[in-house]
Amino acid sequence: MSAVELTGVSKIFNKGAGNQVDALLDIDLSISTGEFVSLIGPSGCGKSTLLRLIANLIEPTDGSLIVNGKSPKQARLDQDYGMAFQQSGLFEWRSVAKNIELPLELKGWSAAKRRERALEMLELVKLTDFADHYPWQLSGGMQQRVAIARALAVHPALLLMDEPFGALDEMTREHMQSELLSICRKAGTTVVFVTHSIPEAVYLSNRVVVMSPRPGRITEVIDVEIKGDRSDSTRDDKAFFSGISAVRAALRGVELDSTARGIEDR
Amino acid sequence: MSSRFGSFVRSVIPPLIFGTIFIALWELAVKGLDLKPYFLAAPSTIWQMFVENFGLIWGATKVSGANALIGLLTGTLFGVLMSLVLSRFRILNDIVTPLAIALNAVPIFVLVAVLNNMFSITSEIPRRIMVMLVVYFIVLINVARGLTQVSATHVELMKSYAASDLAILRKVRVPNAVPFLFTALKVAAPASVITAFVSEYFGGSQNGLGSRITSNIAISKNSVAWAYVLGACLLGLAFYIVSSVLEGAATPGRSTRRTRVSR
Repeated sequence: MSAVELTGVSKIFNKGAGNQVDALLDIDLSISTGEFVSLIGPSGCGKSTLLRLIANLIEPTDGSLIVNGKSPKQARLDQDYGMAFQQSGLFEWRSVAKNIELPLELKGWSAAKRRERALEMLELVKLTDFADHYPWQLSGGMQQRVAIARALAVHPALLLMDEPFGALDEMTREHMQSELLSICRKAGTTVVFVTHSIPEAVYLSNRVVVMSPRPGRITEVIDVEIKGDRSDSTRDDKAFFSGISAVRAALRGVELDSTARGIEDR
Repeated sequence: MSSRFGSFVRSVIPPLIFGTIFIALWELAVKGLDLKPYFLAAPSTIWQMFVENFGLIWGATKVSGANALIGLLTGTLFGVLMSLVLSRFRILNDIVTPLAIALNAVPIFVLVAVLNNMFSITSEIPRRIMVMLVVYFIVLINVARGLTQVSATHVELMKSYAASDLAILRKVRVPNAVPFLFTALKVAAPASVITAFVSEYFGGSQNGLGSRITSNIAISKNSVAWAYVLGACLLGLAFYIVSSVLEGAATPGRSTRRTRVSR
């Protein structure tokens, strides 16, 4: 069964006006349950817009979306997905545990059940000792872990992430990537992951979707051929490097097509 | 604990020393240069007058203080209510906010003369309304800003949780506005006291600190007038301290992180 199904999806901002932007044009994409898919491309290629369409934070101009077997709106109302952004977006007036409890609060869970789930999630991201700390007492990496714990708190079938590790240093970033994979493996979560980093996309994903701007569209979908579960040694794997080369080649085509920049080649 | 005590001492001692030196110099100048009481009263004389007239000063302080407090509370209440309405209806916000900012920039307390005309001359109502208006605009502008200037990520997150507008208001906008409210109160509290005093200069009962200061000067009891000034200072200080303590209690750890004053 597919977790996300997009058919002929287009998104045009300010249609008909002078500042019309063709953010996405005729996107077809099918993501299977349990799959990890990255969206990569230069700035302005519409990858964040695509994520927000799946999340039903914006409506498509054209085409049809199915998320978790229903309309995106129904999926949102049912909290079928969790979401994390580049900014951790923690509420600074809430403790770490209360931040994780927020989506559960909105679902009407009892206080005891919420707390139990929050502690369970904190264990998952290895921050049990920080339940009653406030976000500003945590480092950037820890804040992002809390944000991921919050996104996973409702045990969603689908996780939507918009450059969640973009603001982290390289060491923390690699560590978080491994953590994310092991968490999603345990829960069998489907992930759609927007990134600027080629190695990050290849390391994490089953498939890397390469996009190009003006208008935003999918130019290539690359299968990553890494065998078995990923670990730190994967970063020395031959398949890892060939994956990076393939994505880089696909992106180079995009770069030649347009003058767009904004890809991290590290 | 000891380091907290140390930082308390470090922050309190220098102004204390400065104040003592200032008062000593004042005393010396008045005595040494033989300044006449109608020109400048000596601190020791002012203190003596303060002690002698304490009953009267306390009575006047209660009148002005009550006016300031009632105006502060009602102004805050209406300011918060109105900002909630404004945050709900953006168009209204676009109309009212520039107006409120403009009104805030002019000394609207002179309106008390008009208000005095509308009510009985012995009534405290015009003064209270005046304080209320001054406080209202300060609170309105700041709280409305706190309610609307929420992080885009927070709003997107709440939408992804299928949160209703009411839930977004309760769980994002209102908590976000709390520090803004206390910042507003820190400005509004001293302003309420000042407005209460100044309102008394426009006629009405001669029962508050402001009117007592002018009436004592009018009958050349300058050192008594100074004693009332001292009472006025203490009242203003009390309002400020209470609002600061409230802020610290309501927003632990955050008060120093986001302080934006606007009036």
